[in-house]
Amino acid sequence: MSDISKKSLTEIVKLIKKKEIKSEELTQSFINNINKDKKLNSFITKCSDSALNKAKEFDKNPKIDKLLPGIPIAIKDLFCTQGVKTTAGSKMLENFIPNYESTITNNLWNEGAFLLGKLNCDEYAMGSSNETSFFGNVMNPIAENTVPGGSSGGSASALAADLTPTTIGTDTGGSIRQPASFTGIVGLKPTYGLCSRWGIVAFASSLDQAGPMTKTVSDCALMLEAMAGFDKKDSTSINKKKESYSKNLTENIKGLKIGIPKEYRIEGMSKEIDKLWEDGKKILKDSGAEVIDISLPNTKYALPTYYIVAPAEASSNLARYDGVKYGFRSSKGDNLIDMYENTRSEGFGDEVKRRILIGTYVLSSGYYDAYYLKAQKVRRMIKNDFDQSFKKVDAILTPSTPNSAFKIGEKKNDPISMYLNDIFTVPVNLAGIPAISIPAGTDNKNYPLGLQLIGRPLDEQKLLNIAYAAEKKINFKQSLNRWWEK
Amino acid sequence: MSIDKDKIKHISKLARISVDEKKIDSLAKDLSSIFKFIEQLKELNTNKIEPLSSILNEPLRSRKDEINDGKIREKILENSPIKNEEFFVVPKVIE
Repeated sequence: MSDISKKSLTEIVKLIKKKEIKSEELTQSFINNINKDKKLNSFITKCSDSALNKAKEFDKNPKIDKLLPGIPIAIKDLFCTQGVKTTAGSKMLENFIPNYESTITNNLWNEGAFLLGKLNCDEYAMGSSNETSFFGNVMNPIAENTVPGGSSGGSASALAADLTPTTIGTDTGGSIRQPASFTGIVGLKPTYGLCSRWGIVAFASSLDQAGPMTKTVSDCALMLEAMAGFDKKDSTSINKKKESYSKNLTENIKGLKIGIPKEYRIEGMSKEIDKLWEDGKKILKDSGAEVIDISLPNTKYALPTYYIVAPAEASSNLARYDGVKYGFRSSKGDNLIDMYENTRSEGFGDEVKRRILIGTYVLSSGYYDAYYLKAQKVRRMIKNDFDQSFKKVDAILTPSTPNSAFKIGEKKNDPISMYLNDIFTVPVNLAGIPAISIPAGTDNKNYPLGLQLIGRPLDEQKLLNIAYAAEKKINFKQSLNRWWEK
Repeated sequence: MSIDKDKIKHISKLARISVDEKKIDSLAKDLSSIFKFIEQLKELNTNKIEPLSSILNEPLRSRKDEINDGKIREKILENSPIKNEEFFVVPKVIE
């Protein structure tokens, strides 16, 4: 079968279920693509041999009643995989081989999928361009020397380039949605607590959430169904009944109310993004939704709040990397303290160190109230803004990012301009609510741009339905010249 | 607030990260601009606002205090950079 790797996950699952294609054939076609990945650099670890073995095993006794039967999946290298190196994009974990499997990946394997490889990401998921990875830049398949976004940059790049039929990422401040927008794919950050965090290398525990990155909204619904579920090993996991997101997917959104927050019309936003947003409004209206202007007054304070809360939690989470129990250890230092300090100085990259230092400072004696406590209060104000809005509307429509993909190196030396990439995505993490980014158009360079839909807590089904309706009308098509294979 | 060299040295000590003397200036410059950015929060009156530490409505669950995955000492030691029999090895702490 030609071009199986270009098909959506939903189509591939159908072909497997109808026994029109074997898992081995499917897996081999992705491995062929992965073998030409060198210039994209989206993989840190390839699991081609074990994936082929799993595929053959599946074909011998195909269990086709599962959600992901015989599907090879490459995943962000932030999820611990038993017996397979898990680096978090860091020198610190360059040789770390977990003895356990994360709950989310376990859920995928229980639905019939298996591991195709581990994907590059910003170091400890701290970055918006995949430039902080110890394993090097990832390139965006849309154009050479262009970033795929971050931190789930390898995931976005690999999916857009047909190196995996679907993938998963993590989103602490936009790390699924921003790269999804930059590469022309779909990315969902679920409600905090819907997908287990157990076995994911921690960055900021009150914000981190795993989610699907897919080619279509139907694929996204299918993946979320496979991933979501209560996990007693994660104390913040929400105990609720499983939902059949893919079965219940409908494009009927008549009568739904969609809010347009005026504060997202930021100074200096390009005309293209503005037009994208206007077109999005029109499409939802045409689908029978009602579009209403709303206000989220504290939006501009979300990013400053995030850059207190996230580093504070990171400084605490990353205290565990001390060169004793696992990970990198410096050979320098005669006493324990020197060994700690050298290990952490040599093992962490610049951005990670910067954030640990910010976090340490805002939590330190004398500054806690002025920074951390203040940020927690503003976080409540931001959440209250959303709560108020969701009394009036079912979902909120915004652009996913203030710009399209940029060149490698363009923002690397200016942390603030890099952080501003996440201006539209960060508020959602602070409020713990779900949001999806779908490809909605292109800019004058023909680079993809995304629209973001934000929903009420645990209202993923409605969000997926609206995205599904919009997707049909937008009919986004991306044609890549596959420059990296030349 | 501007972050100076001494402050960087103090924080890096707290964070147990040694900072290269040559990099201190550029680090101080970056952190100063970041703190200037986050200090926008000072504009807001938050006197009557309760801090939010978790977005979940319910309190964290507690679990029963019981062993369910014991006898994994060897597995735990496997990833240790330096070990000796069944111990993690660290530089000498007591003279």
